Amino acid sequence: MSDFLYLIPLLPLIGFAINALLLGRVPRGLTGIIASATVLGSFLLSLVGFIELAGLPVDQRQLTQTLFTWIPLGDFDATIGFLLDPLSAIMVLVVTGVGFLIHVYSIGYMSHDPGIGRYFAYLNLFTFSMLTLVLADNFLLMFVGWEGVGLCSYLLIGFWFQKKSAADAGKKAFIVNRIGDFGFLLGMFIIFWQVGSLNFLEVNELAPIAFGGSIGLVTAATLLLFVGATGKSAQIPLYTWLPDAMEGPTPVSALIHAATMVTAGVYMIARTNVLFMMSPDTLLVVAIVGAATAFFAATIGLAQNDIKRVLAYSTVSQLGYMFLACGVAAFTAGIFHLMTHAFFKALLFLGAGSVIHAMSEEQDMRNMGGLKKYLPITYITMLIATLAIAGIPGLSGFFSKDEILFYSFTNPQGHWLFWLVGAITAGITAFYMFRLIYLTFHGRERMDEKTKSHLHESPRVMTVPLVILAVLSIVGGYVGLPYVFQIGSFTNLIADWLKPVMAPGQALAAEAFAPTVLAAEGGHSTALELTLMAASVGLAVIAILAARALYKSDHAAVTRLKERFAGVHKLLENKYWVDEFYGATIVRPIVAGSVFLWKIVDVVIIDGLINGMAALTAGAADTLKFTQSGRVRTYATGFVIGAVLVIAYFVYLR
Amino acid sequence: MDPVAYVMVAVVLFAIGSVGVLISRNIIILFMSVELALNAANLVIMAFAKAHGVTDGHVIVFFMLTVAAAEAAVGLAMIITLFRNRGTINIDRFSLLKW
Repeated sequence: MSDFLYLIPLLPLIGFAINALLLGRVPRGLTGIIASATVLGSFLLSLVGFIELAGLPVDQRQLTQTLFTWIPLGDFDATIGFLLDPLSAIMVLVVTGVGFLIHVYSIGYMSHDPGIGRYFAYLNLFTFSMLTLVLADNFLLMFVGWEGVGLCSYLLIGFWFQKKSAADAGKKAFIVNRIGDFGFLLGMFIIFWQVGSLNFLEVNELAPIAFGGSIGLVTAATLLLFVGATGKSAQIPLYTWLPDAMEGPTPVSALIHAATMVTAGVYMIARTNVLFMMSPDTLLVVAIVGAATAFFAATIGLAQNDIKRVLAYSTVSQLGYMFLACGVAAFTAGIFHLMTHAFFKALLFLGAGSVIHAMSEEQDMRNMGGLKKYLPITYITMLIATLAIAGIPGLSGFFSKDEILFYSFTNPQGHWLFWLVGAITAGITAFYMFRLIYLTFHGRERMDEKTKSHLHESPRVMTVPLVILAVLSIVGGYVGLPYVFQIGSFTNLIADWLKPVMAPGQALAAEAFAPTVLAAEGGHSTALELTLMAASVGLAVIAILAARALYKSDHAAVTRLKERFAGVHKLLENKYWVDEFYGATIVRPIVAGSVFLWKIVDVVIIDGLINGMAALTAGAADTLKFTQSGRVRTYATGFVIGAVLVIAYFVYLR
Repeated sequence: MDPVAYVMVAVVLFAIGSVGVLISRNIIILFMSVELALNAANLVIMAFAKAHGVTDGHVIVFFMLTVAAAEAAVGLAMIITLFRNRGTINIDRFSLLKW
């Protein structure tokens, strides 16, 4: 019984069709309800699928449905087929669950916007694309979803297209993503070339044999796939689009640029974990890029003043963690962090949206402060999310982050350096998040009188999703209890759940890395785990206390620090000038090249050629027209001379 | 039968007709010159038909005479119309179809 799978992505598509085709004719109040209802329907269906999946024996947990063959081409068949296995089940639940809450929140947040119908149409289209991406049973259909979410991301970032910065940010996101997509495509080609199939299940089964001894090709294919992932999931070197994507409406930032779309890269790597496990080199690259991005983005987050930009860099940093997890072959931990991050980061963004809503669209934290008493629900829920992301024990972020840190230390693919970078990043994360909390909700009220008089807590439709997400941010972590805290049947539920998906890859690694690999499974060192945990929590607590000391009330110390380390501050505030660097080395030459093609090749050469031909014809006609005298006798003379010449030719010359 | 003499006459007729077309300004004269050249061709066809002892040439010439009569009728009608409209039949005055 799996023939309802296609309905999961179809429902949001229907919602999109209603809102898009009847654009402007659906009553304003109804658009959001239609959009939310379709996503709720998908969520319920996903739940049904999840329960059904859980009822199956562990090694048979796969529901598949093939709708039809899309492209039959010789021995290559691209099908429209869906696959619900433990991995995609988690993703589908996160996408539809968090997606539904954000849809509901949007009803309140966007209620004054004239483009509300367009907004919900895009949002539904996004949900459809994301579900296609997640549920696809082959690379090609996944790529369709992959492109679809990219398109929706572009449309929604540029939702307020009257603003030039928003339109530019949309273009930037789209173009940067194209670079990654190109890598994804090439990787896909290599896989098809070697394996002869694009179906995930077949690839997972056949790849170890098909690639055989050619580890080089696996490395190339996985590295190319990873390029795709860096584009979509905003990793070095393609991360620059994500902070700019904050130009879109805040719920969009929460849904697309924090909770779901940007995690597509992590999902894709987890989905193809067998391939990645075959190439230790790729894993190392993934881990290094992940760790570097986590650290790099976190440091930028320290010096940003726009509340959404802090969260954006935080997202980039947390995605780095997920890639670090994948890179040290702890895919389960990566997916676990993906899930908890979806909860608390969506909550942080929605909370920030609530703040911005109350502050009359003000986003600069320097103009906030003391909002605690005006926005009590927002404050408490955001505080919970902040504690979660900071890795305070008991909340979801603690479990997932420590799982990643633990594996990056103990797994054979890991290294203590990865752990160190991760732990320091955890400290920085705690610091900049509490900086955000203190600047926004505590201290002096720095806004002007007009804004102050408008301050109000958001309506119920916005706060209820916040509360639900806050609850999820707390309890979400308990599905992945660390080894030391496991009592009786309370094991690491998510790891057990994902085992069928990850097992083939782990088995491969076992061959490659010989006996040491399973140390993490069997020889779980309790003392080591506790030590590592204590170290990272300790760092986080110190960071929080530091943030409290610096930002709680007066900011004199901050000013002194800024002056002391003016150079570093400037470097961070300007995001290491990476955008400027890309502008000078990549964008400017391309623009110059395009101008050359336009002004020289197109205007001068191509247009010149066409216009030259026309001018030549016109000139020739101008000269030859004088033979057309209109006199019959002149023409007749011509006939006669011609006839004489023809005859002369035949008589004398042949 | 030797057709040389007939061909000679036809060449002379054709030359007179051609020159007449080239030099005459009067449309009527021009028209008559065209008829002369045409009949030179008829004469050649007849001469060779006779020389080969077949009657195909006779048939063709009959057709051509008929067509020429019809053509002359159309041509004269046009000339009359031209004269009515422009009051002249000087061929050099009818040179409107030019750049």
